[in-house]
Order: sequence, then C-alpha cells, then structure tokens
Amino acid sequence: MSKRVVLEASHAVAEAVKMANVDVVAAYPITPQTHIPERLAEMVANGELEAAYIPVESEHSAMSTCLGAASVGSRAFTTTAGQGLELMHEAVYIASSMRYPIVMVVCNRALSAPISVWADHSDVMAVRDTGWIQVFCQNNQEAFDMTLWAFRVGEDPKVLIPVMVNLDGFTLSHVTEPLFLPEQSEVDRFLPPFKYQLALHPDKPTTHGAFGMPEIYTEVKVGQEVALRKSKGAILQGWKEFGDIFGRYYSPVEPYRAKGAKTLLLTMGSLGETAKMVIDEKRDKGEAVGLINLRLWRPFPFEEFRQAVKDADVVIVFDRCISFGGPGGPVCSEVRSALYDQEKKPNVIGFVGALGGRDMTAKDFEYVIDRGIDVAKTGTPELFETVGVRGKVSGIRG
Amino acid sequence: MAEKKLKTAEEVTWKDMEGGNVITEPGNASLRRTGDWRTERPTVDRGACNKCGLCWLYCPDGAMKALEDGYYEPDLYHCKGCGICSQVCARKAITMIDEEEL
Repeated sequence: MSKRVVLEASHAVAEAVKMANVDVVAAYPITPQTHIPERLAEMVANGELEAAYIPVESEHSAMSTCLGAASVGSRAFTTTAGQGLELMHEAVYIASSMRYPIVMVVCNRALSAPISVWADHSDVMAVRDTGWIQVFCQNNQEAFDMTLWAFRVGEDPKVLIPVMVNLDGFTLSHVTEPLFLPEQSEVDRFLPPFKYQLALHPDKPTTHGAFGMPEIYTEVKVGQEVALRKSKGAILQGWKEFGDIFGRYYSPVEPYRAKGAKTLLLTMGSLGETAKMVIDEKRDKGEAVGLINLRLWRPFPFEEFRQAVKDADVVIVFDRCISFGGPGGPVCSEVRSALYDQEKKPNVIGFVGALGGRDMTAKDFEYVIDRGIDVAKTGTPELFETVGVRGKVSGIRG
Repeated sequence: MAEKKLKTAEEVTWKDMEGGNVITEPGNASLRRTGDWRTERPTVDRGACNKCGLCWLYCPDGAMKALEDGYYEPDLYHCKGCGICSQVCARKAITMIDEEEL
C-alpha cells in the first residue's frame, strides 16, 4: 500500500534513490539541485541509507566517481544542474559510451552568461547528443517515479545505458506538493538488484576503457547508437510494469485532451501543467486544441510522436532553449525533422520562452496558441518567436 | 610471436563488440602488432654489448627480449622503434637503422 505524503520534489527524488537502495552517491551541490544531495547526505549520515556518499570536489569528479562505481557493478547516482552539467560534460559521454547505467537527475538551469540560477533547458540541450536516455518530469510524483524507473531501465542487461531525469529548476525542484510513496516491498518487486556481467573483478579480468583505433571506433559507436534506439523496448516495458505495480502509467508522448484537436501544443517539462489550464479553458469553449507532453527526449520517440500529431493541422512547439544560429529551438527543429518525410504533415510553428526562469503563465500559453494558429494561417518568415521579449525582433530567418 | 591471432579489422563487425567496448580476454594487447608503425629499428652490435640488460630494463613496451646466451634482441612484432634502448645503452651497442634502408 502506498502512502500519501507531502514532499519537495528534490526530497521525492532522494526518497526514490533511497528506496532504490543505491550503493554510491557522488554529487557536488549546485543551485537548484542542492536539496537532493543534501537530503541524501542526511539519509546516509542518519543510517537510513546504507551507501557510500562521496562529497567530491566538482561535477567532473562526481561523474567520474560514478563511472568507477558502476564499473565494478555498483548502483550509482549523481545529480547536477546548469553550469555543473557543463563542467561534467566530458564524463557524461564516457558514462554512455562505456555503457554504465548511472542515474542522474538534472534540475534544469539556464547557462551563463549572464549568470542565472533559474530554470530553462539550455543545460540539457547541450548534452542532448551524449547518448543517455533522457526523460522530463512535470510534477513531484513524476520526479519520484522517473527516478525509480531510471534505475530499472538503465540497468536492464539488454540496455546498460545511463538515464538522465530532468526536472525544471525551482519551478519543479523546489515545489512541495502531495505524492504517493510506495512500500519498499513494491519497489523491490519492480527493481531487481543491479547485476553487471562485465563488472571489473579480479576473478574475471576485463579491460574497460581501452583505446579505440580508427579500425574499430566506428563499429563501437554504431553499436552504441543501435543500443540506444533499441532501449525503447525496455523503456516501454519498464513503464508498463511500473504502471502494473504502482498504478501510474507513462508513455514517451503523452496527449492531453488531444483527441480531435486540429492544433496541438507541445511542451517538455513542468510547464506542461500550466499549459493544461489553457487547454482546459479553450476546450471548454469548444476550440479544437490539445496538448502533447514529450516525456521521452532520447531516444526520440518518432513513431509515437508521428502517431500523436497525425490528425493535427498545426503543431506549436514550445522550447526553453535557443539553438543559437540554428533552425529554431532544439525541440522544434527535431519535430520538423521527424515530420519532414511524412506525406501528410502539420504546420510546425516554433516558440521560445521561459528562459532563465522567466515566468510562463497560462496567459502566455494562451497567446502562444492563438498566435501560433494565426501564424499557421498567414505565414511568417521568422523561424521562431520569443515569448514576452521586449523590443521588436526580426531577422530570425532560415 | 603471437600464438593466438587477433581478428583483423575486416573480420570484426559492430555486433562483435561487447557493450562499452569492454575487453573480456585479459592480456590480449600482446596480440596486437604494434611494430608496424616503427620507422627505425634497433640493431644490437654483439661485439660492443656486455649483456648489462639496461635496454631490457628501460624498454617501455617490454619489447627487448633476453636471450638464453645472455644477449638481448628486439621483439620486432611489438617494438615501436622509440630508440630508448639505443639512448640508454652505456656501450653504444644499439644503433637505430631506418626501416626503409633495410
């Protein structure tokens, strides 16, 4: 029987890590992620969690410590945000390339300069291509659920890929709200112990991290790419079994009141919940609009995404990051690319906003939807529009 | 030199790689022919050599073989031709010779 508790999202993550009975936690505190390592350190100090808590001197060391821990078959967890994720960057690639199923929670934060501790998706977009499984959360329950699920999927012997769970900094990481915590026995049923067949051990010597000559590097990378794409089977299976045990089911692409919608708004992360308010209002007024929450960012769920938008005329994509000088926000350009070779495809309209913690209210989403529908009719030479920016912008052209 | 043979690059597909490119066969680095990028080859002048073993001690790749008669000779399957043996030889008994001249 699960129990209903009130927890901050960061503490919900810590609870999930504790219930996952993690072996090693190595993290460096950084706003807005601090409450996660703080709470985990407390759990270890109090004897609630039997794990090695390693207070490292940087994020690069945090990930490197997790690499070492995973190489011997330990369940390893780290967490960071913004600048910390950038400092960690090099080692983030190594985790996925060496197929160590480390779990990392990123409390998404804008990147300097100017320095900002507040939320947007610039940090995660900079590690988009690192080969990790990447998911986004909308609320505290999901923060708990995705963290727990991440261990299960990453450690699947057929997967062995690290998993990054994204929570918007402050607007999710620091939110306190009710959620269900499961029983330990239920968690144990969902999450078997990590058994890594290729773990470093003196009785069965193996070499990890060997040199990759030009003759084999391509083969290694293709193997990694195939593995990441194939991981979707385990991702779906993991969510199905999660639902069967805990009663909450998740999908790579989650529609909200999207049936029969001619216009779909697409969001990733906590702002989806704000957008739902507008969708409700508009639907109640009889407008054919719906919402799509993109939960799974990597591997990109092409099939589910195309299925979700197949009857729409307009898809409005809301990005929390600028891909400077590129074809639009990172999510928008991927969405366009996913639809490029489809015979029937909706008009894709891009918006960027909520950068560096700028509020994105229901009213702002109302503007985005109305403006998106207008632009779809009249056309615009601009690749995307930045919500709420002061001063006229033009020349963002393709 | 190598009794077992490594698969050539042409024989290996991406499916043959362990996840994370982990090598499960310990010590197989010795099967890799590293001597093929050598540009200079060490040659030992037995007349000058006093069998001191400095070359054997200093070789970073363990590619200087100690022979039964007490002399030393390079293992050309592995020797990369770095020339350290030639530098450290107190009797100047090891000369580096351009591979192209051989």
